[in-house]
Amino acid sequence: MADTQALQIDYKVPVRRHPVLQFIMQQPLGAAGLLIIVVMLLSSVFAQWVAPYDPVVIDFESMLAAPSWQHWLGTDAFGRDVLSRIIYGARTALVVGFLSSLIGSTLGAILGVVSAYFGGRIDMVIQRIMDVLLSFPIIVLALTVVAVLGKFIVGGVDINLIVAIAVPMVPKVARVVRSSALAIREMPYIDAARTAGYSHTRIIFRHFVPNVVAPYLIMFTAFIAQAILLEASLSFLGLGVTEPTAAWGLMLSGSSAEFYREAPWMIIFPGLAISLAVFAFNLFGDSLRDWLDPKIKL
Amino acid sequence: MLRYIVNRLLLMIPTLLGVAILVFLMLRMMPGDIVELKLLAEGGSVSPETLQVERVRLGLDKSLWLQFVDWIVGLCTLDFGISMWTGRPVIDEIGSRLGLSMQVAIMATILATFIAIPLGTISAIFKDTWIDHLIRVFAIAGLAVPSFWLGMIIILALLLTFNWIPPLTYLPIYEDPWHNLSQLIWPALAVGYRYSAVATRMTRSTIVEVLQEDYIRTARAKGVSERAVVAVHAMRNAMLPVITVIGLEFAFLIGGLVVTEQVFNLNGIGKLFVETVTRGDFTMVQALVMLIAGLFIVINFAVDLLYAAFDPRVRYR
Repeated sequence: MADTQALQIDYKVPVRRHPVLQFIMQQPLGAAGLLIIVVMLLSSVFAQWVAPYDPVVIDFESMLAAPSWQHWLGTDAFGRDVLSRIIYGARTALVVGFLSSLIGSTLGAILGVVSAYFGGRIDMVIQRIMDVLLSFPIIVLALTVVAVLGKFIVGGVDINLIVAIAVPMVPKVARVVRSSALAIREMPYIDAARTAGYSHTRIIFRHFVPNVVAPYLIMFTAFIAQAILLEASLSFLGLGVTEPTAAWGLMLSGSSAEFYREAPWMIIFPGLAISLAVFAFNLFGDSLRDWLDPKIKL
Repeated sequence: MLRYIVNRLLLMIPTLLGVAILVFLMLRMMPGDIVELKLLAEGGSVSPETLQVERVRLGLDKSLWLQFVDWIVGLCTLDFGISMWTGRPVIDEIGSRLGLSMQVAIMATILATFIAIPLGTISAIFKDTWIDHLIRVFAIAGLAVPSFWLGMIIILALLLTFNWIPPLTYLPIYEDPWHNLSQLIWPALAVGYRYSAVATRMTRSTIVEVLQEDYIRTARAKGVSERAVVAVHAMRNAMLPVITVIGLEFAFLIGGLVVTEQVFNLNGIGKLFVETVTRGDFTMVQALVMLIAGLFIVINFAVDLLYAAFDPRVRYR
């Protein structure tokens, strides 16, 4: 017993990696989605330098030009470069998608938490209103809101279009957040906080909100994808973004359908851009859910 | 069970009433006046008196409250009023188009079901193999591709390979089945793809879950063939969530048609909705929204009832 030798334990201290790095390693597909999103984001922010042409300049010399070295993805009926319009269109899609998802998810989350926290009559009233909103197909609701509100453009962005896209998301987010918040309401620490005499505001912000951040983030990303799709649909119908602003849905509407035979590139590439963007956000959103909270159903 | 049905039916009333109030108020907030819009579109200057006469004819001079009551009373007696734009009864305008849209929706549902259930099952059985990956990519892509663009691509492909486009005039299926199907199968495919993608994902995830249940292990242990395990034990239990998705997506299909009908130039209720909502034809938009929302609520209800019919564990109070 004289010589006590330190016991050698082969134990590796787990390396604490940055959460972003963790996400990339555990969710390769999600990381691929994130990569596409980052590329889109960068090219739309630096569109002036990335895009080979001005997206709105009309050039009758090169109308309906097929893809070539000058115009990689061809030109449209006004001689505008399709690639440049797609790059600038990414800006429109991201701004509208991001803002409308932010508004829709935030409003939905607030209603969901309030509904769950207060319960009783307030919960009943909010839920019935959400039921009403849920019984519209999203595009029908968005179209009606667009028609009612008209246009309200601030800094080149149609605020009313963003609102119209956000409204159909509110009830869906409210429903998911409410069910998460209902589970929290039963937790002993909420009872403790109430007994301690904290105000409603404090309990909601300090105890509920941090606990519904995961579903909120998941819904937020998932709805960016839906918002991009919805914006494209509305613009396609001529009720969303209007000319000459570059938007993917708009590129598919109107004249492009008259040139099926002459200029199929006008139809193929903008649709690919929409699909790729929505695909990337879906992939990222799905992985984010698996990573944060696999039980949440959208 | 009966009490549950009655309860649910009664609960539909406040929801539908809510939809009615919301649509009614939203439309009255719309900028512009349909009477002016319509009469000025016909050309020339219109005297204020003519405008007033037209307003009175359409009942727009009454108070909001009276207009609302008139409309609700009409709804309850299935009188939807006349279109403010065309002057024809709303029910005729909708009726002639509803058939087309419903046919496309039903065809898309059938297509989607026949694609989704086998694909989802195969994907689940071969989980994490290349077959599974392939099917999942097909499904994830289906959620990303806009149906109106898929429709355009279908037209483009038909045009470039066969130098043929679907017929542009609509004939009911009982008049000329071949003409009818060769026109409507393409939009059904275009909207059905997304639909089948959602259902495939659902089928896969439920079958994967069910295959881990104890009774599946028991069935395998007692020597039931793998084929029977999947077909008899797994499929039956996996059908419930799939039915839910199919039911719920059916209503969204109507929404998808709003855009896709435009691509195929189909004169269905989706196209009618887009046209009327931009014109501010109150009576028409109101009727269409009530129709679509009503359809949605009824389908939701039917899905819940099917649940009870398929799963004896589900009991309703």
